[in-house]
Amino acid sequence: MARNIQSLERAAAMLRLLAGGERRLGLSDIASSLGLAKGTAHGILRTLQAEGFVEQDAASGRYQLGAELLRLGNSYLDVHELRARALVWTDDLARASGESVYVGVLHKSGVLIMHHVFRPDDSRQVLEVGAMQPLHSTALGKVLSAYDPVAHTEAVEAEREAFTPRTVTDPAGFEEVLDLTRARGWAADVEETWEGIASVAAPIHDRRRMPVGAVAVAGAVERVCGDGGEPRAALVASVRDCARAVSRDLGAGRF
Amino acid sequence: MTSSTGPFIAAIDQGTTSSRCIVFDRDGRIVAVDQKEHEQIFPKPGWVEHDATEIWTNVQEVVAGAIAKAEITSADVKAIGITNQRETTVLWDKNTGEPVHNALVWQDTRTDALCKELGRNVGQDRFRRETGLPLASYFAGPKVRWLLDNVEGLRERAEAGDILFGTMDSWVIWNLTGGVQGGVHVTDVTNASRTMLMNLHTLAWDERIAESMDVPLAVLPEIRSSAEVYGHVKDGVLAGVPVASALGDQQAALFGQTCFSEGEAKSTYGTGTFMLMNTGDKIINSYSGLLTTVGYQIGDQKPVYALEGSIAVTGSLVQWMRDQMGLIKSAAEIETLASSVEDNGGAYFVPAFSGLFAPYWRADARGVIAGLTRYVTKAHIARAVLEATAWQTREITDAMTKDSGVELAALKVDGGMTSNNLLMQTLSDFLDAPVVRPMVAETTCLGAAYAAGLAVGFWPDTDALRANWRRAAEWTPRMPAEQRDREYKNWLKAVERSMGWIDEENAG
Repeated sequence: MARNIQSLERAAAMLRLLAGGERRLGLSDIASSLGLAKGTAHGILRTLQAEGFVEQDAASGRYQLGAELLRLGNSYLDVHELRARALVWTDDLARASGESVYVGVLHKSGVLIMHHVFRPDDSRQVLEVGAMQPLHSTALGKVLSAYDPVAHTEAVEAEREAFTPRTVTDPAGFEEVLDLTRARGWAADVEETWEGIASVAAPIHDRRRMPVGAVAVAGAVERVCGDGGEPRAALVASVRDCARAVSRDLGAGRF
Repeated sequence: MTSSTGPFIAAIDQGTTSSRCIVFDRDGRIVAVDQKEHEQIFPKPGWVEHDATEIWTNVQEVVAGAIAKAEITSADVKAIGITNQRETTVLWDKNTGEPVHNALVWQDTRTDALCKELGRNVGQDRFRRETGLPLASYFAGPKVRWLLDNVEGLRERAEAGDILFGTMDSWVIWNLTGGVQGGVHVTDVTNASRTMLMNLHTLAWDERIAESMDVPLAVLPEIRSSAEVYGHVKDGVLAGVPVASALGDQQAALFGQTCFSEGEAKSTYGTGTFMLMNTGDKIINSYSGLLTTVGYQIGDQKPVYALEGSIAVTGSLVQWMRDQMGLIKSAAEIETLASSVEDNGGAYFVPAFSGLFAPYWRADARGVIAGLTRYVTKAHIARAVLEATAWQTREITDAMTKDSGVELAALKVDGGMTSNNLLMQTLSDFLDAPVVRPMVAETTCLGAAYAAGLAVGFWPDTDALRANWRRAAEWTPRMPAEQRDREYKNWLKAVERSMGWIDEENAG
């Protein structure tokens, strides 16, 4: 049977101690309560402090629970908050690119479209908010799979259907696509989900660099891609700018 | 993003909490924004004031800021337009340029008693036929009267011709065009229509009403159209640029949403909600408690009128759920909570926190949550909160249809709550009409920019502006008619139950 890591057990005991009854404790109280040498206790406290789990009161030198613990419990980003923050940036992306814009998040084993901006022409379009898209073939899904380990597991374990002859379905090929996505910071879907449609997506991060969603532009392949069959560089730059702008907004105002 | 090339139009939005300047390109896209908040001064309960000098300083700063961010010069800016918080009233000395008192903000209720007194034996509709407005503390005329009565020596100075009155458009334009050194003292028809001193039919100051209110005509600005060159900027980064539009904020949003045809309407969803419908050249007297107002007037063209309905509590109800009830952590979360259930579970929320407004006007009403059973959860209440905004919009549109005889074809929406997808769908379901969100969220500033651009020929006509309008999203009704009717009936029952809560002697 594997042994547990002693210092982690001690750190956990310290957090429980600080969470109980009296809120602030001095080093010697903590050390004696847990039966530790002062030096050992101090080393663990210093590490917890560096991670933000424990804070030291400047005046008294006593320790208390840190703000990071609260954030752990609150770290779930509401998807509707994401839409509210993304609104202006995605409007601008649609205007600049002349194409439809989507924001997607991981939901069950697919991509949930939680925001959609129409292509800025006068054509009749239907709002696709609430629709699901596949993880393995769409630009949004590839970005989520590349950056979010939960999405990655979902995409790898699911059966990857070949929607078109261009859909990448074999495990090694799919991992290569994700490696490329991480290296470039964006993903493309050139007729891999729907014939005639291409899209480009980039990740949205929160203040702790956690991937919370992805933003994509999608349109007719002949408009989205250049002569070489790759997405146009200017379009890729616009999508990444938009993703960065939304990420910046999430970082500034989340707490 | 692709960077825009000039020339540009700048717009100043002198709002209730902040002043902003936005630079737009020819496609109506935002090139740069700068914004600065000003102090809200609360000398007594119910009193709200702004320091007009601080506002003018902020306006100069945000104009300089936006121009710097856009990396352009006055040579690239073809015109500047103004939109503003409506009804907020300032009086200043034309020789020194100093305000004689803080500005009285539209929300300030100190003129309540004065308005009752002015109603005499007729009541609050005494001036409605001429002005389209009921006697209420929002409007500027009674605020001018209060200042003249309460600032020592002011009436004598006003009668001697040393004092100028303005809503914030007049104050900003007078200062932009030189202030004590030849500033022009003007207002536009939309702002003038919120003073209770302008006759809607003649678009001129109504001497009889001014006399009844004891406001000397000498203090009043010249009434001009919403889109024409009033003068040129005297100093600062935009020196020499034509000042070419003024529109009250809600009218500017109507213009920015390109509601140029009769029957087109927009609704702006913020803490409260303001809905305006273009009624063309018709001045429609409302028998349903709506306001009749001027929508806009372009140069020497005929004025376009509008009906206006406001809802006091919409976004602020969501804030109440967050701050007072603690049921959600952020405003956006209301949608998450409400989406976790299929329907309202039988619960209806009438947020008559300070009485019922249009179309009921019942000061004795207070908020109720009706239809509670053991089954109802906080998620059902969240749904009822969103539905309250949608039903209140339905009541306003019904009143507009009743007064004008024009059926609403589609509703153009803007404001913060338009990011709430469930609300927008519910709105479409309850109205049984499409709900459309445009691509530029800043419709208020855009409206002022459009009007200024028209005045200097930057855009040829309103058709060119329509061509700039882009649909970002559209929600279409999905609710079966019988369900909508049943739900509306329940809502109306709940509304009935909110009435008569306050005993009559305490109402108001």
